[in-house]
Amino acid sequence: MPYEAGTYDVIVVGAGHAGVEAGLAAARLGAKTLMLTINLDMVAFMPCNPSVGGPAKGIVVREIDALGGEMGRNIDKTHIQMRMLNTGKGPAVRALRAQADKFLYQQEMKKTIENEENLDLVQGLVERLIIEDGACKGVITQTGAAYYSKTVVITTGTFLRGEIILGELKYSSGPNNQQPSIKLSEHLEELGFDLVRFKTGTPPRVHSETIDYSKTEIQPGDDVPRAFSYETTKFITDQLPCWLTYTSEVTHQIIDDNLHRSPMYSGMIKGTGPRYCPSIEDKVVRFHDKPRHQIFLEPEGRNTHEVYVQGLSTSLPEDVQKKVLASIPGLENVQMMRAGYAIEYDSVVPTQLWPTLETKKVPNLYTAGQINGTSGYEEAAGQGLMAGINAGLKALEKEELILSRSDAYIGVLIDDLVTKGTNEPYRLLTSRAEYRLLLRHDNADLRLTEKGYEIGMIKEERYSKFLQKKAAIESELERLKSIFIKPTAEVQELIVSKGGSELKDGIRASDLLKRPEMGYEQIQQLVPSDSEIASDVSEQVEIQIKYEGYIEKSLQQVEKLKKMENKKIPENIDYDAINGLASEARQKLKEVRPLSVAQASRISGVNPADTSILLVYLEQGKIARLSQ
Amino acid sequence: MNLEQIFYKIVFCSKIFHKRDEDMEFDTITAISTPMGEGAIAIVRLSGDEALAIADKIYKGRSAKRLSEVASHTIHYGHLIDPKTEKVVEEVMISVMRGPKTFTREDVVEINCHGGLVSVNRVLQLVLANGARLAEPGEFTKRAFLNGRIDLSQAEAVMDLIRAKTDRAMNVALGQMEGRLSKLIRALRQEILETLAHVEVNIDYPEYDDVEEMTHGIFMERASHVKSELERLLRTSEQGKILREGLSTVIIGRPNVGKSSLLNSLVHENKAIVTDIPGTTRDVIEEYVNVRGVPLRLLDTAGIRETEDIVERIGVERSRAVLKEADLILLVLNNSDELTVEDEQLFQITEDMDVIVIINKMDLPSKINIDKVKELAKERPIVTTSLLEDQGVDELEEAISSLFFAGSLEAGDMTYVSNSRHIALISQALNAITDAMEAIEAGTPIDLVQIDFTRTWELLGEIIGDSVHESLIDQLFSQFCLGK
Repeated sequence: MPYEAGTYDVIVVGAGHAGVEAGLAAARLGAKTLMLTINLDMVAFMPCNPSVGGPAKGIVVREIDALGGEMGRNIDKTHIQMRMLNTGKGPAVRALRAQADKFLYQQEMKKTIENEENLDLVQGLVERLIIEDGACKGVITQTGAAYYSKTVVITTGTFLRGEIILGELKYSSGPNNQQPSIKLSEHLEELGFDLVRFKTGTPPRVHSETIDYSKTEIQPGDDVPRAFSYETTKFITDQLPCWLTYTSEVTHQIIDDNLHRSPMYSGMIKGTGPRYCPSIEDKVVRFHDKPRHQIFLEPEGRNTHEVYVQGLSTSLPEDVQKKVLASIPGLENVQMMRAGYAIEYDSVVPTQLWPTLETKKVPNLYTAGQINGTSGYEEAAGQGLMAGINAGLKALEKEELILSRSDAYIGVLIDDLVTKGTNEPYRLLTSRAEYRLLLRHDNADLRLTEKGYEIGMIKEERYSKFLQKKAAIESELERLKSIFIKPTAEVQELIVSKGGSELKDGIRASDLLKRPEMGYEQIQQLVPSDSEIASDVSEQVEIQIKYEGYIEKSLQQVEKLKKMENKKIPENIDYDAINGLASEARQKLKEVRPLSVAQASRISGVNPADTSILLVYLEQGKIARLSQ
Repeated sequence: MNLEQIFYKIVFCSKIFHKRDEDMEFDTITAISTPMGEGAIAIVRLSGDEALAIADKIYKGRSAKRLSEVASHTIHYGHLIDPKTEKVVEEVMISVMRGPKTFTREDVVEINCHGGLVSVNRVLQLVLANGARLAEPGEFTKRAFLNGRIDLSQAEAVMDLIRAKTDRAMNVALGQMEGRLSKLIRALRQEILETLAHVEVNIDYPEYDDVEEMTHGIFMERASHVKSELERLLRTSEQGKILREGLSTVIIGRPNVGKSSLLNSLVHENKAIVTDIPGTTRDVIEEYVNVRGVPLRLLDTAGIRETEDIVERIGVERSRAVLKEADLILLVLNNSDELTVEDEQLFQITEDMDVIVIINKMDLPSKINIDKVKELAKERPIVTTSLLEDQGVDELEEAISSLFFAGSLEAGDMTYVSNSRHIALISQALNAITDAMEAIEAGTPIDLVQIDFTRTWELLGEIIGDSVHESLIDQLFSQFCLGK
């Protein structure tokens, strides 16, 4: 018999990257929050790559930070190396990536959670939800603890009916040999949720002292101090390098010879794996002509010799993995500390969710992270944050927060999931964002701080600093747009020295900055500002002026999108009553139940004619109401 | 009466005129609103807030008054000028109708121009290039409804109309999609997609070292190839037009050389397809004849009948410009006269055009210097006729047909674009790729150049009804071996 263990506003099931953001967000909004995890020692654990960020993902981390989330701050405190990627490209695709000390990362996160007001962190395996009148009212754990709450967020990662596969071996398990969550999965099925089986994998780990680094290339971090969080002021300068090596012809031969023992090819693995994260056996089979594949050796922390072998994700039998490792230059005598493995797990078909991440079937129940069919810590954290925010807002009876595709990568991610679903573990890519020039890494604060402040995630002090920065950007933009530069000898000399052609006439400072050879630095040299301009301000000014034309174009598109976003579809719409909808569109609309015409138009199978018909139908309803 | 007209009628019986709320404003759309290739006049209609502003960008009237300043429901004569090249595109009449007393309740501009696919498309392109968007099937009616112009009871009919128009457009499109055009577009899109995937892999996997970094040089190479393919496709739209509309043909020659006889024998020998299209507002008369499978559209024949000397009438430069518009020129000489300065002038102004030289009145004693004619004609065919005795017409027809079929045109085995929607989309795609190339020249970062490159891909996708973004991601992972 369950016993009453407590009452909360919000309960978060799971304490991985989605769970911690969800719990912290709800608590920071002022909701009394409980976080339940199967194992207290595994809070914010990185079962795979010890790294945070990268293209698109790194921007998500910044967005999380701008909304008052924790991932950015935590990695800033615990990384072993940080790099800015794509510095040679345009501003839209620059991104930070950090290698984490995965143990420190966990410790820091756990400490933050423990110190957070309104937040209780408790060990417990949730087996059932408490459902009353069709809505979720709490959870019951394996030990019979019944916790009551207004909303519940499930962030179970790969634990749902998890099964580890390693060669011929297959056993029930969560990631890293954790206890899996089996009953909850069955319970979700009972409640009528559509579940789907996905698969992912991880490479072996090896002992650092058995690696011959002389046969590899060093991959150091940046010399410049970097940080994800807009609040970070202390930078880590002591960085550890990563190392690069390659598979060899021998590696590929070993894999070819042992394919019959690979669960991927023997049919033992049934789940759908991600294409962007293929196992080494997959790469060798699909790209047979490629003579070698990159292997990055990444330290898992400062206080360990374990090294993550990036590029070698595999579910081949343990003995084959050892042979494969030994065939790689630098790893000839390596000691394998853990074998790689594949893991299959249940996830919820995400089109069953509203854009708030609340389930359509069971009100007050939210899901976030890998359970929604994504992969990656950042994707999980972004969803966790939004689910936590919305579960908290609902518990506090406040209005929901939905980010649009033009607000944030997080908006793109969630909209893709709930509108289109996914048939493989979903990863964010910059190409998924149609407004990527607007969703830059450098302007996440400008895009989101306001929203974070409005709901209470951003504190007064940070907000006033943000307003100061915003004002500084505005005034500097104004200044450069109003000031004229005359073609004096000094000016011409500077332009020519930068490889540009001489001015024929006077020119606005902002127009001169638009020239490809000119940077903010040169403009500042020609027409210095009276006041000190901070580097994050000048960066904004430079980007906003230099790419004004493209930014303007994107903004116009967003304007159009917004109009369609504002055309709301009532929840009780009867798609069967609309004549002229194509049958595929009708069926998809009934399934997804889009909130706006814009969302409807993004459903695959809903074509422009269907969208038009929907618009006309909605307008008809509006007129009907007016005339009553 | 079609549905749209019905809606027009019920406008004033409509009981409910709900206001245009702020979210009701739309972008400005445009479409050709007359049936294709059938009338002497065609109308390109614009509707939306920017309709007048767009028209003003391209219109130059007799008076200095801008269209945005004229009274509502008035019509104006003038020319369309391409603001980029500052060249005259068309001679037009423009109706200005301000909302809300219009079909859509928005500002509406109707550009009346010469009928025929090419001229009307040129107008459409110009409008599109200056800020309008191509309307979707039934969109004008949809707006009429959404802006409260149409009674509630008509909503069903509006939805039916959208469905029917879309289906019909799709059918037409599908009809044209069969065969080579769709293959060509697909191949071109695939090529663009591979380049896009290449750029994306550089962005999303910056450490992936097996693929060369996309440089401005490589990008430029790919873009210029796409551009030349698009230009080629657009040129075929001219060929498509020839098959659809006929080879526009002009007969020139001094007075009394037999131009009218030539016209008459071409028309009588061959069954005229269309005669005397009622020149409701313009006195252009066109004759359509079918010469051995080659459709000829004999232009400005009224002028010829009056046997006026074109050069004398409008001057050398102007006549050159007029003749340039023609696909084929029949230059008639008189066998029984010596070559005159006017004759030589005709050769001069038709230099580098497709000309068949006809020496008529072979029944009369010859005074013409045949060698001199050959010299003037250069490589172009010469046919001798006696139209009075019905001699040589067969040879002339043979010459026309071989000129047509010997060229790049292969009637049976041709990829050509004639659907105006497709032409519009291809032209827009061409503009997008041109923007991309200009951006490359300016040294813009590749991921920004990509914006216009992607746009090219999307526009081509609209032609074949396929703009699913997912395919880029599919391409990325099938083209490159990526992962942890």
